[in-house]
Amino acid sequence: MFVSMNWIRDYVNLDGIDLKKLINSFTLATAEVEDIYEKGADVKDVVVGEIKTLENHPESNKLHLLTIDIGDRIVNCVCGAPNVQLGQKVAFAKAGGRVVAGEIGKATVAGYESEGMCCSEKELGISDDQSGLMQIEGDYPNGTDIKSIYPIDDLIFEVDNKSLTNRPDLWGHYGIAREFAALTDRELKPLTLASLDYDGNERTKVEIGRPDLVYRYSCIRMSGITRHVSPADIRIRLYYCGMRPINLLADLTNYIMLEIGQPTHAFDAGKIDKIVVTTPESKRMFTTLDKVEREIDENTLMICNGSEPVAIAGIMGGLDSEIVGDTDSVVLESANFDGICVRKTSSRLGHRTDSSARYEKMLDPELTMLAVKRFVYLVKSVDSGAFVSSALTDEYVRKYPEITLTFDKKYIDRYTGIAISDERISKTLTSLGFDVVLADDVFTVKVPSWRATKDVTIKADIIEEITRIYGYDNFEIATTRSPLKPIASSAARSQDNEAKDLLVKKFAMHEVHSYVWCDGRKFKKLGIDVESNVTVLNIESSENGVLRNSMLPTLLCAAYENKDFGESYGIFEIGRIINGTTESGVCDEQKHLGAVLFDKNGDEKALYFKALGMIRCLFEQIKHGKPDFRKITPEHNWQHPKNTAEIIFEGQRVGVICTLHPQNLQKLDKTASAVCFELDMNAFDNAKAYQISFSEPSSHQSTYYDLSLIVPSGIKFSDMESAWGKLEIPELTGIKLIDTFEKLGVKSITVRFFFGARDRSLGMNEIQERVDAILLKLNDIGVRLREQ
Amino acid sequence: MIEIDKLTKLFEEKADAAGLTSELEQLRVEFLGKKGYIAEQMANLRNVEADRKKEVGQKINEVKQFIEDAIQKRFAEMLAAEEQRLIDKTEAYDESFPIDTETGSYHPITLVQREVEDIFRSMGFSVEDYSEVTDDFNCFEALNIPKHHPARDMQDTYYLSTGQLLKTHTSAAQNTILRKYSADLEKGLPLRAVFPSRCFRNEKIDACHENTFFQMEGMMVDRDISISNLIYFMKTMLSEVFQRDVTVRLRPGFFPFVEPGFELDIQCLICGGDGCPSCKDSGWLELCPCGMIHPNVLTAGGVDPEKYTGFAFGLGLTRLAMMRYGIKDIRVFNSCNLKSLSQFTDRTFNTSEKED
Repeated sequence: MFVSMNWIRDYVNLDGIDLKKLINSFTLATAEVEDIYEKGADVKDVVVGEIKTLENHPESNKLHLLTIDIGDRIVNCVCGAPNVQLGQKVAFAKAGGRVVAGEIGKATVAGYESEGMCCSEKELGISDDQSGLMQIEGDYPNGTDIKSIYPIDDLIFEVDNKSLTNRPDLWGHYGIAREFAALTDRELKPLTLASLDYDGNERTKVEIGRPDLVYRYSCIRMSGITRHVSPADIRIRLYYCGMRPINLLADLTNYIMLEIGQPTHAFDAGKIDKIVVTTPESKRMFTTLDKVEREIDENTLMICNGSEPVAIAGIMGGLDSEIVGDTDSVVLESANFDGICVRKTSSRLGHRTDSSARYEKMLDPELTMLAVKRFVYLVKSVDSGAFVSSALTDEYVRKYPEITLTFDKKYIDRYTGIAISDERISKTLTSLGFDVVLADDVFTVKVPSWRATKDVTIKADIIEEITRIYGYDNFEIATTRSPLKPIASSAARSQDNEAKDLLVKKFAMHEVHSYVWCDGRKFKKLGIDVESNVTVLNIESSENGVLRNSMLPTLLCAAYENKDFGESYGIFEIGRIINGTTESGVCDEQKHLGAVLFDKNGDEKALYFKALGMIRCLFEQIKHGKPDFRKITPEHNWQHPKNTAEIIFEGQRVGVICTLHPQNLQKLDKTASAVCFELDMNAFDNAKAYQISFSEPSSHQSTYYDLSLIVPSGIKFSDMESAWGKLEIPELTGIKLIDTFEKLGVKSITVRFFFGARDRSLGMNEIQERVDAILLKLNDIGVRLREQ
Repeated sequence: MIEIDKLTKLFEEKADAAGLTSELEQLRVEFLGKKGYIAEQMANLRNVEADRKKEVGQKINEVKQFIEDAIQKRFAEMLAAEEQRLIDKTEAYDESFPIDTETGSYHPITLVQREVEDIFRSMGFSVEDYSEVTDDFNCFEALNIPKHHPARDMQDTYYLSTGQLLKTHTSAAQNTILRKYSADLEKGLPLRAVFPSRCFRNEKIDACHENTFFQMEGMMVDRDISISNLIYFMKTMLSEVFQRDVTVRLRPGFFPFVEPGFELDIQCLICGGDGCPSCKDSGWLELCPCGMIHPNVLTAGGVDPEKYTGFAFGLGLTRLAMMRYGIKDIRVFNSCNLKSLSQFTDRTFNTSEKED
């Protein structure tokens, strides 16, 4: 919203105050000012000039050669304006002066000397009108500075509308003037209003069909209006505040809206008989005065003349009842409609207007009468023949309850943390329109009607009024009563962080973030189906509506898209997945770690073992324990039927590792390999972490013994491990895989067994005994020693 | 037997010819060994007349000493030469050679989040962790945003088929946090908590807008928490975050869940308040919304607003990361593009602010 300081100064004397500083304090105390414009700064040395002679240019149809009396002398001017006339008084920019487009110099135009320029309103920056010369109204002496006649100089500031959302009283200059009055501790002057005297029997009948959607409906008729163009000062204010002047009556309704925030509507009185405010029984079309045909439904509150709609309540009038230039009699509507209804209608129609923006904010119904009286005053002051031609109709359907709040001084002190004097509190609140009574340290405050529609309802709201005018910059600041002592990180958070550290620092993985919903288009490229899950109802692209039930498809897509990053890389994310719904029908949200290893020329098996190493490392480092793996049948069709395994810790499933099904791997890359794993981090974080159990290393020498073994198919390493595990040989301190190879379908493996005792060095015989026992056990499962 | 006087010369001739340490060893045996020349001389000493015995013996010892010294010296020389040969044939390695370091990377949000979480923990804030999916009650109702409240229009919410929604702001955790700690409050323990999380808003994505972004909610509730405390705390906390003394200012800001509500600006870190493109010439950067927790919000969280007051604030972690690293396009965060993301190799902040 644009605010004119000239307008504000109608209501507050701001003499001697630095206006820019004041506007800055408005930002700090009330609402954010986005920009300040110095209107008129680019207009200089423009004076009243009278056209003394006028000749056609000999070689041009458009140009005229003028001599103009500018008071102290007569000057020549070449002018191209179509409406130029002899004897006309014009705004003349002298050579050396300025207009909006730039500086004016002496020039030779089409062969003739021109010592300045006759200006249009646009050239003076006071309207968009560039159709012809601006006509000076009134008999001002030639040479009079134009700025002394018209309020061209003004300071306009733009307030961020969003920061006015909760302040219906600030949608007009008068409300803002009240803020300035409070900020400067100066008096707010009253609005000049007309009395509504009328003795006659005319009265516009108003019927409220939907009292639930109307707070108040006031209207009055005025007749005898002969003037159709607004005076320049009104037009300039409207223009500076972002509105286009139209005709007197439309301009005045806009003027009142900008002044006090109350939208009004002027109907052509000849077209209004009886006003009915209601919603239509069925859908219909209605053309608003912007010539757009709109669909009106059963929830749209309409103003009707009898049964014929003439306006959409609070949004826009109809084309048919529009004020046209020659209307001499109007019915002024000044009403208060339900804000929610107006907001919903305007968003349904996709049509927001200055009026609807205000109603949405819950305007004060008391304003309607203020607007009527102000309208009558303004019309009469502009057009002396105009008069009130009906009695006032005022249907006050519903009132907001009066709000009175009580609180003691201690409450203010406690909430602010500083001491603001009683006097200051009373003064601030009074200047903002609150009625304040202070007795026995208790304030009783009556909220003014313009703040009582939703804005100020509880005592905490009063705090803001007091403190913002006091100034937050003036606050003495203090630390809290209880000291700010450090605390430890939660176990779960630390474990997530440790996991990230290990993956990044030890395994050179890259952390990414991806969306919580599936990208259907990307999945398709890899042949991955979007599996059914909870969906987002109102997402822009329908392909993205399904929430992910696993981290991995998204990360595989990410791996795919990074193929030009390097030959091999790993990516991971700790994020959320939705594992369908729980029994109570809400999302089963889980925190998962997803990881994908990608190698362009890679050996899939090596990559798989690398991933296993990572998983083992995560468990060993963070849990001091060892995970188990168990082959499972794939749970998603992109998983490899043979190489998909559960990760088990402490008997609980905590995750899964897999390679890709050939159909997906082919799409990912013809030659590359990829391995992925996913950990349920909630399960991981909650799983038992073992203590480190320290044992003194033996001071006696340990020995190793290598066995080369033939392993029949179907036997896993863990089978062999459990075979010798049954022997529970205390001297077997560890094993290591030395070599593994396959020749003609025969799988060979060389394992190194480490032996040692705490109390002695083992003799060769002792070791041989144990090796023999191990071989015996291995033979039981078909593993035998390889012939040399 | 060779005369003792000639022995020195003989040794010198032979020693000159020896090129290897093994030849030198042979020489040592030949001259100084049990059957060597010196031993032979010593054995012959008994045949020398008594009055010359001392003189001759001395002579033999001198020669022996000379040979021993010479061998040792020669040996040292040979060793040095050998070492020099090894040094000479060693390659001088090129430290500037491009080596693949295999460095991983953190997401920039992780880096910023860790830094900020550390600061809050050092000030006694617990770090909370809740879901990304929430419901109407937590996201709006409990935050004093009833149905049809215009504030709901300000946030374009993603609604789910379960009737739930994706959290539009981290304030959605306020109710849960209040409930979690309300009993502690009664025990006299202040509530201090932060909640970093992803938030979602139905917005068109461009360089400045994302539908998925990170915020961090902060709350402090206790007896007698005041606006004065809020300003002090925000200033202290932000000075920690930006690792320098920041100037803050508060403006009224409207959020239904706080009263009074503020927009907190910090003096532009790039121009110091003089005005520059980063702060759109205003000298100030709008950084975080904050305010005194609305009594209705406290009540909804089971905390008596007559006994307790508190403040809440929201930090835009994504925005903070953009400021920290000079990231101009918000789409980087969810791009999964390793060319961008692999640059964030360490938790250390880049402390110098980059110009827009």
